[in-house]
Amino acid sequence: MHGPSQGDMAMLLLADSRLPAGGHAHSGGAEEAVRVGAITGPEDLARFLRGRLATAGLVSAALAAAACEIGSSVEEGSREVARWTRLDAEADARTSSPAQREASRTQGRLLVRTTRRIWPSPALDSLAAAVPDGAHHPVALGAAAAAAGCAPHQAALAAAYTSVTAPATAAVRLLGLDPVTVHRLLADLAPALNDAAHAACASLIDSVVGQENHHDWSALPAHAAPALDLLAEQHLRTEVRLFVS
Amino acid sequence: MSRTTTRPAPDTLHPARAAVRAHAAIATTLDGGATRLTTLRSDPPLTLRQTGPTTVHLVATAAGPLGGDHLELDLDVAAGTTLTVCSVAGTLVLPGPGTSVLTVRARVDEGASLRFAPEPTVLAAGCAHRSRVRLSLAEDATVLWREEIVFGRYGERPGRCHSRFDATVAGTPLLRQEFTVGDPATDDSPAVYGEARCVGSTLLTRARPESSHLAEGCAVLPLAGPGTLVSALAPDAVRLRERLEWGEQVALQSRFGGSSLP
Repeated sequence: MHGPSQGDMAMLLLADSRLPAGGHAHSGGAEEAVRVGAITGPEDLARFLRGRLATAGLVSAALAAAACEIGSSVEEGSREVARWTRLDAEADARTSSPAQREASRTQGRLLVRTTRRIWPSPALDSLAAAVPDGAHHPVALGAAAAAAGCAPHQAALAAAYTSVTAPATAAVRLLGLDPVTVHRLLADLAPALNDAAHAACASLIDSVVGQENHHDWSALPAHAAPALDLLAEQHLRTEVRLFVS
Repeated sequence: MSRTTTRPAPDTLHPARAAVRAHAAIATTLDGGATRLTTLRSDPPLTLRQTGPTTVHLVATAAGPLGGDHLELDLDVAAGTTLTVCSVAGTLVLPGPGTSVLTVRARVDEGASLRFAPEPTVLAAGCAHRSRVRLSLAEDATVLWREEIVFGRYGERPGRCHSRFDATVAGTPLLRQEFTVGDPATDDSPAVYGEARCVGSTLLTRARPESSHLAEGCAVLPLAGPGTLVSALAPDAVRLRERLEWGEQVALQSRFGGSSLP
């Protein structure tokens, strides 16, 4: 069994951009937003991050919390194919842009590959077997969080956090912004980030049907961000790119 | 609720009235190879008029919805039948003593075809609105489902709206999406609506291009499941409709079988 302090440490490792799982290659739409002039400075960036957190960030947090819940109950040697594929299908239904699905699965595949070596566990083995082409990133993150001893709330926090830190650091590089100013923006998002993680966990509680461990994931948050979808598709058509997405 | 600051000027076309609960329904059956509308139940303010053999128009017979109204519409499209639902005019969502709630449930059976394309929903200043759509489709159901939301009348800041759309095909999720309008976190965010004043989307099934298509303010997005989402943002309702219709045409060109409806 893992104690709560082990979960804290694992959450820090999972949220750290230095985790060697390829997260640094993705800007979460920020690169294209900079290219088309939708982000020109810290004020636009603040609004971009707040909107991203309230939509894609919240959805990722809920999916990660759900995946952590599944991962925490996987027994040694069990396959759990149905539960993983059902949750992964819920992620698909919430990601209408093919470019974003591709980016999400690429990151999920790399994250599972990396974290299986750091925290070998039935949770990650069963996810890799159930979704061999790469699970969606938040699903992979939640499974890794479970493997590392995190609770669903910690998985949700890590997902919400990475949903804004990746575009924030990308914007620093792309626009040459003052990194301290941008970290101030991230610090200002702390209450919203906590709210997103709480909302994600509340939706998890609402999803319980019948006995414990029986979940209907259909009601998890599904907040859409049409501008992010447009940016993601445009980004694929842009010739010179620093970031994959 | 600060009614004095958020409530718009009295509207002569839409005089105030008490909150209502209404439940309207449309159902089709297959009768000798042809579609017959067997249920056409109006419940004001949701008034239904049959305007063609398989076409029904929603006709607003009262203002609203107003805050506090609870409106429900059930559509049941039986196997092999066809139904088109339109509306005569846009829906103007007005403030009232509570939240207005609109729930639409639609079931489209095997080989059936549904086109749902009402005029836009306009969120007047001070409104508080929730809309919930649940679409249950059989594997080979043919659907075009369009929704358009306009953020306030001309020059007006919108009230609050939360919409949720869930479509499943044979029980498997195809598309789930929520929109929140009137929330400072999302309203002016370049990640969500940017500078747009309208958001719209059309879900099409049995139409799925090989890859996505893109034009200004509009994306044609092949979904992971058997369908396509046309997603658009625009500065006004006219351009929103143009963008969605362009995207629908692009998606429909991929639909083989030569079906002309929807």
